[in-house]
Amino acid sequence: MDILYSILVDPFVQMVDLPDFFLQVLWEGFVAGVLYALIALGFVLIFKASGVFNFAQGIMVVFAGLTLVGLHEKGVPAYLALILTIGVMGLLALAVERFVMRPLVNQPDIILLMSTIGLTYFLIGFGEFIFGGEPKQMIASELGLPTGSTAFEIGDGGLLILQHIDIAAAVIALIMVGCLAVFFNKTRIGRALRAVADDHQAALSVGISLNQIWAIVWFAAGIVALTTGIMWGARSDVSFALEIIALKALPVLILGGFTSIPGAIVGGLIIGIGEKIGEIYWGPLVGGGIESWLAYMIALIFLLFRPQGLFGERIIERV
Amino acid sequence: MLYRESGQYKTSYISDQSIFPIREDRIGMMIIGVIAIAIPFVASDFFLNAIMTPFLILALAAIGLNILTGYAGQLSLGTGAFMGVGAYSCYKLTTIFPDVNIIILVLLSGLFSAGIGVIFGLPSLRIKGLYLAVTTLAAQFFLEWCFIRIPWLYNYNASGAIEVPERRGFGDIILTGPAAGAMTQYFVVLGIVVVVTLAVKNIVRGRIGRQWMMIRDMDIAAELMGVRPLTAKLSAFAVSSYLCGVAGAMFIFFYLGAAEPSAFSITLSFQILFMVILGGLGSLVGSYFGAAFIWGLPIVLRAVLPAMGIDIGAETVFHIATMVVGALIIFFLIVEPHGLARLWSLGKEKLRVWPFPYG
Repeated sequence: MDILYSILVDPFVQMVDLPDFFLQVLWEGFVAGVLYALIALGFVLIFKASGVFNFAQGIMVVFAGLTLVGLHEKGVPAYLALILTIGVMGLLALAVERFVMRPLVNQPDIILLMSTIGLTYFLIGFGEFIFGGEPKQMIASELGLPTGSTAFEIGDGGLLILQHIDIAAAVIALIMVGCLAVFFNKTRIGRALRAVADDHQAALSVGISLNQIWAIVWFAAGIVALTTGIMWGARSDVSFALEIIALKALPVLILGGFTSIPGAIVGGLIIGIGEKIGEIYWGPLVGGGIESWLAYMIALIFLLFRPQGLFGERIIERV
Repeated sequence: MLYRESGQYKTSYISDQSIFPIREDRIGMMIIGVIAIAIPFVASDFFLNAIMTPFLILALAAIGLNILTGYAGQLSLGTGAFMGVGAYSCYKLTTIFPDVNIIILVLLSGLFSAGIGVIFGLPSLRIKGLYLAVTTLAAQFFLEWCFIRIPWLYNYNASGAIEVPERRGFGDIILTGPAAGAMTQYFVVLGIVVVVTLAVKNIVRGRIGRQWMMIRDMDIAAELMGVRPLTAKLSAFAVSSYLCGVAGAMFIFFYLGAAEPSAFSITLSFQILFMVILGGLGSLVGSYFGAAFIWGLPIVLRAVLPAMGIDIGAETVFHIATMVVGALIIFFLIVEPHGLARLWSLGKEKLRVWPFPYG
């Protein structure tokens, strides 16, 4: 009975007892969720356009952050460094398209997946070779990102502390999703992207250049990675440990569906909030640290009931 | 001229079903066997300890993953954790039964790994492809967490790591622990790996192996033809996890000697996945090639780069090795997506018609 009580009742009692703490946990989860969603967004962009599951998105986040910080350390002004980093991500996109995607066109999924894992190794080695393996401080204030925090009083004496950088991250993520939505639905290139996602051959036959589209999509994913790198780097450090965190984008994608941008956002928030609440309220029962696998378990259970994700297209199989 | 099967007639069912039907293959295998036995007598302890033993162990793990991914078509990213299950259960077994021969315990510990593998294989009945990869990631992170958070697994050590105790067998030979000789460990590992590989070879060319391949090629069609997806998929998970578990137990007991939970992290899973893909999906000999390549390449690079007169720190060499491995993986996927095993069979085809361009 005690066990049942501590699993089923006690966490909720705690939530009601300390509502300000609960809200704080919710907010932390929300912010983490936004960042997961940003990483997942990069995955979705590339998966939609080329059917490639880009494992390297996580390391691209690290790489973009490191390039930005590294350039600034060399004495380049912050905004110029930002522009240069965008340029570097563009070059990376071109190189990936030319040397990885183009020769591997029409290969089975698993080969493409492996090639992006190979790309991950390459970028890890390359990044460490150039910038060294130590964590670096993100140049948040130089880029004009807000610092400090605001405290709200809740109820009788409760405090909810919101870091400004977190608010900024949420706002920037929203703007980015808005821009991507407009880009996909209203522009010429966006329509071409969707055409490619629908059917490669049909897109080719109406004169859309696959190579060009892939370079664009990898560049867009690079920009998303840079934004994620700045935001995440400002919350902690820019380090290669981020790469493991980026794997959390996988359960996010499972929840949201591999092809849906709103799905990535909603999935990110569910995972972010779910794992924070699980860790704080249920984690102590089993010794803590469950954050490392809870997201995957949520995804696993979810998959058993809805294999195509929340917003994914229905999977139809034919023999 | 040298390598062709013409004139070699099969006159009995036994010769028809032999694993190496061509005489030249049998001679080749014998030469490899002699070399494998001769290596310890000519090579240094370092070569045995740091290269040959881990290579054999990782080749076994790669065969394990190849069963699941190459033969049954189920993508798994949790190999490292399944190896960990084998290592920790072997550690517990030898703690509880210190007098039983360690080799028997190593082979038994694979059973625990197989059980865990079947549990995490259950979702494969409903989901496949990349989605399944995520559920195996759940296994990876959950099991890794268990290795850290359940102190019973590492006998409540203050360090949280497992240290291999000294175990003797076959009279009074020291098999494990710091005092064990490199040659003894090499021969134990070689024996286990060879026996298990032969067993696996017979499984994959028999009824069960054919069922796995049917499931891989088209699961719905296989189901219509009477293959039970439940038994086929779960048996693939069981056999695969068993092999990985045995490999993991050997990895600790005959190679590392002590291990922290991080030894079985996702990095190891990826490494073994690379071995399988580069070696060739659905090929046992490919698993050996892949293991040799992935394990040997960084060692070779670390030896070669300073020797070429490039004077750089050890850390930089390590970074460059990572980079080169990544680039080579992409390169190999581009030039030969079917892996080194395919190059091997192409080479044999060429040899068959040599010295003529066409047979």
